[in-house]
Amino acid sequence: MNEQELNELLKRSIPPVSELRRDLWPQMLRRLDAQAAEGSWFVALLSSRSAAPWFDWALLAALVVGVCLFPRAIPVWLYHF
Amino acid sequence: MDRTPPTELLHQFAAGELAAFESLFRQFQGEVYGWIVRIVRDPATAEDLTIETFWRIHRAHARFDPARSFGAWARTIATNVALDHLKVARPDTDELDDHLESPSVAADPNPAIQRELRDRTRRAFLQLPPRLRVVATLALIEERPHSEIAQALNLSATAVKSRTFRAIRLLRSKLGNLA
Repeated sequence: MNEQELNELLKRSIPPVSELRRDLWPQMLRRLDAQAAEGSWFVALLSSRSAAPWFDWALLAALVVGVCLFPRAIPVWLYHF
Repeated sequence: MDRTPPTELLHQFAAGELAAFESLFRQFQGEVYGWIVRIVRDPATAEDLTIETFWRIHRAHARFDPARSFGAWARTIATNVALDHLKVARPDTDELDDHLESPSVAADPNPAIQRELRDRTRRAFLQLPPRLRVVATLALIEERPHSEIAQALNLSATAVKSRTFRAIRLLRSKLGNLA
């Protein structure tokens, strides 16, 4: 089987494709709206985080460091929470 | 994808105007879909990937150079999206046995044998690595010019010819004594 015969066999074996039959813009708009909503949620979360007082962040950092240094203390922390 | 939109529209798109994006979407959706469906061979998947392509286009608007061809840019992104899909999607080739014993049927008029031949060819084709399958689809089945494929895949024309040759060689080996 030469290359030409292989091409013909491929064309017979792989079904032909059709052109686009509907407008995809409404679907695109839904995707844009969904991403915009997700983006606004993320911005709101960031702004609420930035509104937290500095000592809350310091306390959280100390907690993370403590857990990393003394992982066996995790059950104690969980008990007190 | 050679229809050139007005330069002003391209500048508006690059500046992030949604109305300009909509105009470009409406003008190019059919061509982007047509390009993708030729690669993935499935209309529903092609629709989803067309949306994904335009989503990437929308996100990358600030990086678009209005002096460039929007169609060529869209085709490159569409090719990458389709290729990503082929890498993840598993082709339905469970029943394929790589080297089934088979009579020489290339010129057999028996419809059952011809159907079996087409089926084996299709499954062998779906087993090609995605990078080769894209090139083989566009070069062998769709008969697109090598230069166009090279531009869409960010390859040289020589690399396209090389991949086409490798795809043919792999197909022949998978089809065993049929080829």
